[in-house]
Amino acid sequence: MSDTNSYGHPGITDPEPNEAQRRSDLFAPAVSLSTADGDSASVAPQPPVDLQAQEIDLSKELAEAGVKEVLAELDQQLVGLTPVKTRIREISSLLLVEKLRRKLGLTSDPPTLHMSFTGNPGTGKTTVALRMANLLHHLGFIRKGHLISVTRDDLVGQYIGHTAPKTKEILKRAMGGVLFIDEAYYLYRAENERDYGQEAIEILLQIMENQREDLVVILAGYAKPMEKFFSSNPGFRSRIAHHIDFPDYDDAELLSIGEMILSNQNYKLSEKGRDALARYIVARKQQPHFSNARSIRNALDRARLRQANRIVQGATSSSKNTPAGQNGAHPGSSNRRISAGELMTIEAEDILASRVFDQNSLASSPLSEETERTYD
Amino acid sequence: MRITQGTFSFLPDLTDAQIRAQVQYCIDNGWAVNIEFTDDPHPRNTYWEMWGLPMFDIKDAAGVMFELTECRKAYGNLYIRLSAFDSKHGWESVKLSFIANRPAEEPGFKLTRQEAQGRDVRYSTQAYVTDRPQGQRYR
Repeated sequence: MSDTNSYGHPGITDPEPNEAQRRSDLFAPAVSLSTADGDSASVAPQPPVDLQAQEIDLSKELAEAGVKEVLAELDQQLVGLTPVKTRIREISSLLLVEKLRRKLGLTSDPPTLHMSFTGNPGTGKTTVALRMANLLHHLGFIRKGHLISVTRDDLVGQYIGHTAPKTKEILKRAMGGVLFIDEAYYLYRAENERDYGQEAIEILLQIMENQREDLVVILAGYAKPMEKFFSSNPGFRSRIAHHIDFPDYDDAELLSIGEMILSNQNYKLSEKGRDALARYIVARKQQPHFSNARSIRNALDRARLRQANRIVQGATSSSKNTPAGQNGAHPGSSNRRISAGELMTIEAEDILASRVFDQNSLASSPLSEETERTYD
Repeated sequence: MRITQGTFSFLPDLTDAQIRAQVQYCIDNGWAVNIEFTDDPHPRNTYWEMWGLPMFDIKDAAGVMFELTECRKAYGNLYIRLSAFDSKHGWESVKLSFIANRPAEEPGFKLTRQEAQGRDVRYSTQAYVTDRPQGQRYR
């Protein structure tokens, strides 16, 4: 296993492999074994002879832990993200092997599970963190499986002496589960040496080290600032075993994400609408502030808006055309019937009305942030 | 003299694993666990000093055990008790309370008798340690 570097993504590189990782290197392929004892015996100091003879049914253990379901769900519901999925698979194999070893009495330190997720906006860091909590809970490495999502505001206080209790409060709430720190690089502000973020970092590091079995910390943020954050806090880098880089989605992946978002909301794209969305993705990518899946979700929200407007407008204009007498007691109200299919379908025109296509033709004039935010 | 207040007080002292299991039971019932400490063991001394606030919205006993460890670091020579508060409407009271830490040496109580009118005798108890001022009672 040659880690994040081999995925071809620049940015976060792995720290020196610590013990947990070296162990994961050894055990990552162990999932294909039918028994776990052969491999583990080579690592344990000197297990008694009868221990080596013990066997455990790995497939049964797998089924019991419910890991397969969680992993399958992950595969099904998350588009793309191959390196992320690979790493999660490796981690879950390691944890499963660790569990089997414990059953056989081969003790070792609990593995370090703190992680850092880096990637551009909208690449699914939070979504994966949630799944991670679920997965770790199934494997029995965290007791409750809840996820506490925090940012700098929740950890850092406003005046002297405010930070420590605040950070500890959050850490206590997260114990037994996963603490997800979004935009973690905001914790450290190099330009202000009196910033209270440093205090929060110290408490965090201390608890990450001392109470590894009680809590898993996941840091998330954009690749570049996170790199800076780690280089100014070397303690963090070495305490985090898993640095996972989230790649950007390609056009086809974004399209299937779009379709998935719509089908979750009981909408669908017409054939032409699908083509339009594909074109939209290409055009939108050229423009600034593109944030992957989030941009697509926002675009689809606006498309729903236009679709609703189209349906209502169509009804009122058609009722204007009909003679008032036919409408009976309610002149002006529509008697046009709408099918469920119509209410569900997003047509090409709903997407093509987007400002992105206008701006694309005027490619020479760069968008100001203001217009971008309003019309993308 | 070993004082007996709250639940489990006639049992040997609970181990940390047992305390953790009790705390988890409280949390699973939706009760907020609170840590209190005192150096006055008199049974009528019901209001102990609070170590932080009662811990609402904690999911796992590890959080409480963390605070208990902190409290022991600061007041390991005093009585520390855990109480579980049920905030449900109609209850709004402490449902479980037990001592989680006690001084190594417990000198016990002095019994005083007061001759009152006629043949009445009034009894009162006073902890020997309370002869000394607060903060100097246990070492």
